[in-house]
Amino acid sequence: MSSFDAHRYRAEFPNLRINVHGKPLVYLDNAATTLKPRCVVDAVNAYYVTGVSNVHRGVHFLSEQATAAFEYSRQVVRQFLHAPKAHEIIFTKGATESLNLVAQSFGRQFLKKGDEIIISYMEHHSNIVPWQMLCEQAGCVLKVIPINERGEIIFEEYLKLLSRKTRLVAVVWVSNSLGTVNPIKAVIDQAHRRGAVVVIDAAQGVTHAPTNVQELDCDFLAFSGHKVLGPTGVGVLYGKEKWLEAMPPYQGGGDMIKSVTFSKTLYNALPYKFEAGTPPIAEVIGLRSALEFLQTINWEGMKAYKQELLDYGTQKLLSIDGVRLIGTARDKTSILSFVVDGIHPHDLGTIVDQDGVAIRTGHHCTQPVMEFFKVPATARASLAFYNTKEEIDVLAGAVVRAKEVFHA
Amino acid sequence: MREELYQQTILEHNRNPRNFKKLEGATHVAEGYNPLCGDHLWVYMKINGGVIEEASFEGSGCAISKASASMMTASLKGRTMAEAQVLFDEFHQLVIGELKPDERPHHLGKLAVFSGIWQYPARVKCASLGWHTMHGALEKTKSVSTE
Ligand SMILES: Cc1ncc(COP(=O)(O)O)c(C=O)c1O
Repeated sequence: MSSFDAHRYRAEFPNLRINVHGKPLVYLDNAATTLKPRCVVDAVNAYYVTGVSNVHRGVHFLSEQATAAFEYSRQVVRQFLHAPKAHEIIFTKGATESLNLVAQSFGRQFLKKGDEIIISYMEHHSNIVPWQMLCEQAGCVLKVIPINERGEIIFEEYLKLLSRKTRLVAVVWVSNSLGTVNPIKAVIDQAHRRGAVVVIDAAQGVTHAPTNVQELDCDFLAFSGHKVLGPTGVGVLYGKEKWLEAMPPYQGGGDMIKSVTFSKTLYNALPYKFEAGTPPIAEVIGLRSALEFLQTINWEGMKAYKQELLDYGTQKLLSIDGVRLIGTARDKTSILSFVVDGIHPHDLGTIVDQDGVAIRTGHHCTQPVMEFFKVPATARASLAFYNTKEEIDVLAGAVVRAKEVFHA
Repeated sequence: MREELYQQTILEHNRNPRNFKKLEGATHVAEGYNPLCGDHLWVYMKINGGVIEEASFEGSGCAISKASASMMTASLKGRTMAEAQVLFDEFHQLVIGELKPDERPHHLGKLAVFSGIWQYPARVKCASLGWHTMHGALEKTKSVSTE
């Protein structure tokens, strides 16, 4: 037993107190989006109740206050990622936009016809489609690192794909549908040996382990606020200064310019060059609270606790006849993707919902993974540090009930 | 309280789907796919002089889509294309909660078992996949998608 006290943290999440269909909510869909601690809700609320203002645009009290809060959030994100400079932190609307930004701005500037882009078989659609679009626009070629039956990338195959033509490698740190933790440090080092730049999709990674972009030495890293206890509508792109400086703006508009005339427009400095228009101010402020909340947690303890939940959940689900896990990587985060013989995942999702259990069913925006494992969809329980073994018991009980309904 | 979705009739059709086969000599065929959940089926009909002599389906999907397609094929047999169109419209209204079987006349018969599904908005598409596919086949569209 670890000494991590999940119940202490549960008290901070008001959403955990609701009932669903008359049963206490058992929220096991944290890979889709996490619940929000009260401090995040309060921070967003405070902005709307007494702090409303646009940022970077006024000399009045509220505007200066909002601008300071907004820029302070950037500092907090910088610390969270251990980035060298605050202006290497770009606020976007989510991991998806961050990845699109790199593809369109960096990609169209630096990638040429015949250049190769490597991704992995387990990417989220948001780390596939932007590269496909770029390939179409710039004539690049997309290469895919295969995976094995456990749902791990086959590293030797990755090494074979790397060549002089490789210009960019975009890989997910932690897979949202399999739970696999990829050896991104090794992926990055190998890519750099060939002179390729590396983009890390850290949407699930940043809650799995502390993130240090300097140690990783990745060129870009993307994540979403709403998956790290923060609000929806805000995301982050970290990029090395040397790349961000050399990249053209992603979108045009207010805030991203220094001066505009009809003959010539001068772009603003980093990070504003990439933040056209009014940003998600309340969300950025809320994100700061979320990251500060996370920093009050003992990450070693949290990691051990989540491993304990994963082991318990794995054993509990596998003790049910007919359950098969999809994704059995040796290095895995607390995500349990599974199928049950004779029950379609969607039916399972609806039935366990009647017991108040929220799991995700579907392809989880990773259709190639589903195709690889020859399943149309999976049920996925993704566990956060505020989940408990008792909740896993409720899930297991609901799965057993579903089997009874379906005589499976 | 929501109505129970998995009624006995639905579970039974899921276990033993009727007309679950490829129809040799079909005159009207269409493929239906719901990319959201991977449900994928084909609907076959043999239509002669405007009358549906036989209907069948095959493919894979959740219990709701399978039971719905199974019950659909059973209820189409012997109907005219015009009647099938009426049934399609009524079923559509049923699953979005606009047609309450107890409140007005209809031709749905046993299909009324899907009357509670509008309370499960995420599952409405499962129930309608077979029907949209059938509709596509009537109109000779090759592939339909319910996403
Ligand atoms: C691994 C991974 N990458 C990217 C994303 C996209 O995140 P968002 O939809 O917040 O932009 C997700 C979220 O589903 C994810 O799990």
